[in-house]
Amino acid sequence: MKDWALWEVFVRAKGGLSHRHAGSVHAADAKMALEHARDAYTRRMEGVSLWVVPSAQIVASDPADSGPLFEPAEDKIYRHPTFYSIPDHIKHI
Amino acid sequence: MTPPLAQYALRLGDDSLILGQRLSEWCGHAPALEVDLSLANVALDLIGQATYFLGVAGDVEAKGRDADRLAFTRDALDFSNCLLVEQPNGDFAQTIARQFLFSAFQELQLGALASSKDERLAAIADKAVKEVTYHKQLAGGWIVRLGDGTDESKQRVVAGLDWMWRFVDEMFDMDALDRKLLKDGVAVDKAALRPAWDARVDAVLSEATLARPAPRRPVLGGRAGHHSEHLGHLLSEMQFLQRAYPGATW
Repeated sequence: MKDWALWEVFVRAKGGLSHRHAGSVHAADAKMALEHARDAYTRRMEGVSLWVVPSAQIVASDPADSGPLFEPAEDKIYRHPTFYSIPDHIKHI
Repeated sequence: MTPPLAQYALRLGDDSLILGQRLSEWCGHAPALEVDLSLANVALDLIGQATYFLGVAGDVEAKGRDADRLAFTRDALDFSNCLLVEQPNGDFAQTIARQFLFSAFQELQLGALASSKDERLAAIADKAVKEVTYHKQLAGGWIVRLGDGTDESKQRVVAGLDWMWRFVDEMFDMDALDRKLLKDGVAVDKAALRPAWDARVDAVLSEATLARPAPRRPVLGGRAGHHSEHLGHLLSEMQFLQRAYPGATW
C-alpha cells in the first residue's frame, strides 16, 4: 500500500455541470482508483460521474511565479464586462 | 409454526446481516484508508438489505418482532444464514475470497428474486441487486490483483479460496422450504443459478491466473441452524448491547 500512487478525484454533481476537484485517493491502478473515488467521494449522492487522474500527471503553476502570473490581472478591471447597462427585459444575467 | 415466507425472508436477511457484521470487523483495520471505506460501504449495504428482509420476516411472522428484535435477540440455532458468510475474515485475501464467492451468488439470486410473486421481496431485490453488482466488481477486481500479483498475494488468495470453497455448494442447495416456495412463484431456483455462477467465477479466476479449487466435500446445515463455532462469537459481539441492556435505544 505504501507504493500506491496518488490520484486526484473530480466529481460531476449533476448532468450539465462540470467536474470539480473533490480530493484525492491512493490506488494501485486506474480501476482501483475509480472504486476508491466512488467509495470515498460519492457515497452520499454527491455525483453522477467521476474522473480520476494520476496526481503526477498534473502540471501545476509554481507558487513563486504567482506575482508575474496573477498580479497583472488585478488592475485590469476593464476585462470585466461591468461597464454595460443591461436592459430591464434581459433576465438571467 | 413460522410461516414459510417468514422463514425464507429470514434466510435472505441472515445472509446479509451476518456478512455485513463480519465485514464491519475490518472497520479501522483495513490495509489502507480507502480499502477501509470500501469494505465499510459494502458492510452497510448488506446491513441495509438485512433490515428490509428481516422487516418482512417480522411482519409475516406477526409475533411483534421487528428487524432489530430478530437481529439482536435470536440465538445461534435460530439463525439460518449459509455457512459461508459466517466464516472468519482471516487475512484480507480470505475476506475477499468470501466476498467474491458470495456476491457472485447474491447478484444472481437477487436478479431472479426481483421477479418474485411476493412484491415486497421483489422490491427489496430490485434495489439491492445494483449494490451487489458493485460488490462483485470490487471483490472480483481484488481477486485478479491478488491472484495476478506477487507470489505472496497469490499464495494468500489461493489459501483464502481454498478455505471458503467447501461452503459454496450450500448456497445453491434447495431444501423442502425452497422447493415449496419456488412452486408458489415466491422463491428463487438457486440450483438453476449454478451454471451462470460457475461461468462468472471461472472467468475471474482465469483472469487472475488462478486454478479453480479442487472439489471439496460440501458442508451444509446453516439453513437448519447448524452453524460453525464462529457464529456464536460473532453474535456475542453483535448482540452484547441488547442482551445486557434489553430495549436500549439512543
